[in-house]
Amino acid sequence: MRILVTVKWVPDLQSQRSFTDGAVTRVAEDGTMNELDENAVEAALQLVEEHGGEVYALTVGPADAHAAVRKALQLGAHHAIHVSDEQIAGSDVFATARVLAGAIQKVHDEEPLDMVITGMGALDGLTSMLPTALAVHLGWSQLSLASSLEVADGKATIVRHLPDAHETVEAPLPAVVSVTDEANKPRYPNFKLIMAARKAEVPTWSLEDIGVDPLTAGVAGSRTTVVDASPRPPRENVQIVTDTGEGGSTLAEYLIERGLA
Amino acid sequence: MSTTTIAVLIEHRGGEVAQPSLEALTLARTLGEPVAVWLGSEVLADAANLLGEYGATEVRVANIGDDARHPARAAAAVVTATGDADTLLMVSTFVNKEIATRVAMVTGAGVVVDAAGAQVVDGKVEAFKTVFAATWNVRCRVETDKAIIALRPNTTQAVSIGAEAVAPTIVDVETDLPEALETVTKVEPVPPSEGVPLAEAAVVVAGGRGTGGDYTLVREMADLLGGAVGASRDATDEGWISHEHMVGQTGTTVTPALYVACGISGAVHHRGGMQASGTVVAINMDPDAPIFEICDFGVVGSLFDVLPQAMETIRAHREG
Repeated sequence: MRILVTVKWVPDLQSQRSFTDGAVTRVAEDGTMNELDENAVEAALQLVEEHGGEVYALTVGPADAHAAVRKALQLGAHHAIHVSDEQIAGSDVFATARVLAGAIQKVHDEEPLDMVITGMGALDGLTSMLPTALAVHLGWSQLSLASSLEVADGKATIVRHLPDAHETVEAPLPAVVSVTDEANKPRYPNFKLIMAARKAEVPTWSLEDIGVDPLTAGVAGSRTTVVDASPRPPRENVQIVTDTGEGGSTLAEYLIERGLA
Repeated sequence: MSTTTIAVLIEHRGGEVAQPSLEALTLARTLGEPVAVWLGSEVLADAANLLGEYGATEVRVANIGDDARHPARAAAAVVTATGDADTLLMVSTFVNKEIATRVAMVTGAGVVVDAAGAQVVDGKVEAFKTVFAATWNVRCRVETDKAIIALRPNTTQAVSIGAEAVAPTIVDVETDLPEALETVTKVEPVPPSEGVPLAEAAVVVAGGRGTGGDYTLVREMADLLGGAVGASRDATDEGWISHEHMVGQTGTTVTPALYVACGISGAVHHRGGMQASGTVVAINMDPDAPIFEICDFGVVGSLFDVLPQAMETIRAHREG
């Protein structure tokens, strides 16, 4: 199987995340691969371990974003691609999907892919819209929110847990599959792969390389813009009490006074 | 501006309208004239009248049966039913995000999901949302002519229009469903939990590692406050409670008026799923637990001591 995993370079969850000029501030020191993409890489690795094949990791973003695909290489991905172009800055999910779809199509045209696997969302924006937009661009089937994934006879089958039902869904390959954090437990990078990832060549593709019109990417190709961003003010009048026998009744009184109990 | 048609995709279960859809209709009235879109089944008179009470002048019904479970087909029906509407509102769920994306790929609409509200400024729709585990507020402007806004439950208070309400016109929408590549081969319904669904609850009482797997007190507190039971990732991973209860960025995001975190340390993934709640109360043995950094009222102590006493005091107050 030939599987491509899209990974996103995001600010570390534990860092002070912020906005600059309507876009997420991205600096090299606290950037990392989106945690939920580890599940996507793991799902791809498990499939090629079972069926044979190779895994591509693809990211789009500024120069420092190559760190995201290097993380995928450390986990065991065989190839990495970084799409980087100044004209991509400010892309919303639709513009990002167009760029990713262009790069995926280029890989697919060289030798057909069987599957694109994504995480269930990125923990910075978490819109979870990207996989659907990719599937529509590519004209492939889509299986979303997989908590399990199997491939047999040219078909992929997933189980997904929705609030009202557990569904089993199947679709012919090639497919765009998004996996949840229930799907697997991501492995840790091993030393040999870490060393190899450091030396691996990561080709950088421009919009021209992937045949995407700059007017359909970046701010020009985006349908939404962030017009204002501000940190939420901290909660006021915070009370912390230590239970020395009266903690429960103090809590109850707090709720009663505010009409919450 | 009341001539602008605002389509609202209605969530319904067993023929009944879900509360967040009434919130979406309430918001829609501030943007233009709401029409309701109902997918999957016939709409019963009671449900239609309820939608009318919250401002829908029309209910457009695409009776596509189980195809409503299929995002590509549901999206095709929505596109047909909402051609005249510049703005489409829906409730922010994972399935609706797929539908919204597919609709937008056809209509060119700009989309904001997980919105906490929306307004029209200089003819453009703007939506509010929180990001980065609810530590930042952002305002997003939809630059395209068409907008799709997916609204989080509990972010707008549902208000009926009272005496002005009229029974809405029911319009059947004929739609050609596209061939679908995907096949749903099995559907195992999840029995609805008693009381309000977690995402819509005005009160959530959640338990984490500190429960040690015993949810008796958490459930009792939830019952007493008329709320839903939530859990941390730790607890669902342990198998103490089912995944449907998980509050967090990859589970259910909640914004209740009151959130009571019992024995939950408050890892960033959990905070992202509840930090925008109204009042946050935390009970934890560890005074350094991160949950205390984002709560309004915290008790450092054991939930096994604090909850029984709190419930006793609340019951005594109610009887008194």
